[in-house]
Amino acid sequence: MDKEFFKNLTIKKVAKAMQDGDTTALELTQYYLENIKGKNGELNAYLRIFAGAEDQARKIDEDIKNGKIMGPLAGIPFAIKDNMLIKGEVASASSKILENYRATYDATVIKKLREAGAIFLGTVNMDEFAMGSSTENSAFGPTKNPHDPARVPGGSSGGSAVAVAADMALASLGSDTGGSIRQPASFCGEVGLKPTYGRVSRSGLIAMASSLDQIGPITRTVEDAEIIFNIIKGKDPLDATTVNEDVIPETKQENKKLKIGLLTYDKNVVAPEINDMMEKSVEMLKQAGHEIMEVTLPYLKYSLSCYYIIMPAEVSSNLARLDGVKYGLLKEGDNLLDDYLKTRGTGFGKEAKRRIMIGTYVLSSGYYDDYYSKAQEIRDLIRRDFENAFDLSAGGVDAIILPTTTEPAFKIGEKTDDPMKMYLEDIFTVSANLAGVPAISIPTGFAERDGVKLPLGLQIIAPHFREDVLFSLGKQVENAKIKV
Amino acid sequence: MINIEEVEKLARLARIELTDEEKEQFQKEIGSILDYVSELKEAPIEGDEALAISENVNQLREDENPHETGLYSKELLEETPRSEKGFVKVKKIFE
Repeated sequence: MDKEFFKNLTIKKVAKAMQDGDTTALELTQYYLENIKGKNGELNAYLRIFAGAEDQARKIDEDIKNGKIMGPLAGIPFAIKDNMLIKGEVASASSKILENYRATYDATVIKKLREAGAIFLGTVNMDEFAMGSSTENSAFGPTKNPHDPARVPGGSSGGSAVAVAADMALASLGSDTGGSIRQPASFCGEVGLKPTYGRVSRSGLIAMASSLDQIGPITRTVEDAEIIFNIIKGKDPLDATTVNEDVIPETKQENKKLKIGLLTYDKNVVAPEINDMMEKSVEMLKQAGHEIMEVTLPYLKYSLSCYYIIMPAEVSSNLARLDGVKYGLLKEGDNLLDDYLKTRGTGFGKEAKRRIMIGTYVLSSGYYDDYYSKAQEIRDLIRRDFENAFDLSAGGVDAIILPTTTEPAFKIGEKTDDPMKMYLEDIFTVSANLAGVPAISIPTGFAERDGVKLPLGLQIIAPHFREDVLFSLGKQVENAKIKV
Repeated sequence: MINIEEVEKLARLARIELTDEEKEQFQKEIGSILDYVSELKEAPIEGDEALAISENVNQLREDENPHETGLYSKELLEETPRSEKGFVKVKKIFE
């Protein structure tokens, strides 16, 4: 197959080409490995490239030939975020404390992709333990945005977004605790899906904040995201929060006319091109026959504060396991306590330390009620805001649209001096995690900065378990090719 | 908002050794973050509905069908920083 064919492929195109015998998993894998070799030096998306990728591809080709595996993901090369366990490979969560940790089992999502015939090219960079919005918090150096290498790719799944955007993988998996799939997808011009809480198993995902974490795909098209989602979703006895798919009502959102809520937001804190993009999206959706109405969620203004209490509280608890005893780094001191202090003092980066300490503060006696308990109550009210907004019997809407970010990709180093500035990056994304609802970011237009066109993203949020609404609306937005 | 002694106490509780420079930096940063999230204290909670009660239910399973003893021990022990004779090794806890 000639080289032009491989550029910016989609899963669907590959499936057809493979069926027609026009390409093989091996050819595809070699194409991406070649691109990684050429581009990774500058972009730093991949932390490790798997030596066995080509062999895996040969085996898949064999299995496809013998009819042992079928289905859309057979032979599709993936990049995997460095916080997901692949048996026998290092999974470091981009932290020095796990730099040499080798996974002893496959994460459930990896097992599912493996069974579907996917190929793993390697693990990709992220903010340490998924804490950050720019991939600058990695212990292994920042990842660069392929649209402008002076800018961040977003985070924490920055490597996952760049691998797809720079054609170093056909698709990738990321994880999203407060926007970590959607924001980098938006900054890099890709599709990013955060599924409903409980829809995709987190067994084998290195936990950050367990009541918020979800795994999802970053892809070139909405259809690709849908294909991957359908493979990785489902009940898993190893993650007790996963929901039995049988209890989810079967819904398929065909091209019905929908009621769509435009979220009221402060236009002054958002780049003019993004306000423009929102207006054009509204116009496009109206022309497609949908009804648009403004939606206000009264407690939404508290979502960032709520998130930055609940998330660090869970971080401080989840990261307590990294103590130099069970796995990972050990820095020896004079006694066991000293071992803990030195191991954690040298093994964790600044952001991890900061969040562990904030979490320790909000959970400590005397502050617990004022911070943690209050945040849990507000979280409940935010969830109810969404439930009310989506209550069709009370004049509610089928979906809500809002920007994914307040601005296009910012410059490397621009926000590293002030953590609060970085936290404000998550203003449009954290609410979906707090409420547990599914959300997707769709590339929609560009904003020019320093003579470079930088991608923007439209975010769509749907009710619990209604990913089908996201896919249906997402495809309509994608096909409209809105110009900003 | 938060003083050096409090930062030291948090670090001790969290089992993290900090340099003096880190302590100073965190004092400022954690202070400004706590200032920001403190807006929640003033957030009005309307009505007296029971809030923050999770709708999730515990999903329990029978504790049965154990795997063969030692099936995963070797692999898991290989990941521990220190082990001896099939055990994870730590410094003594009692004097």
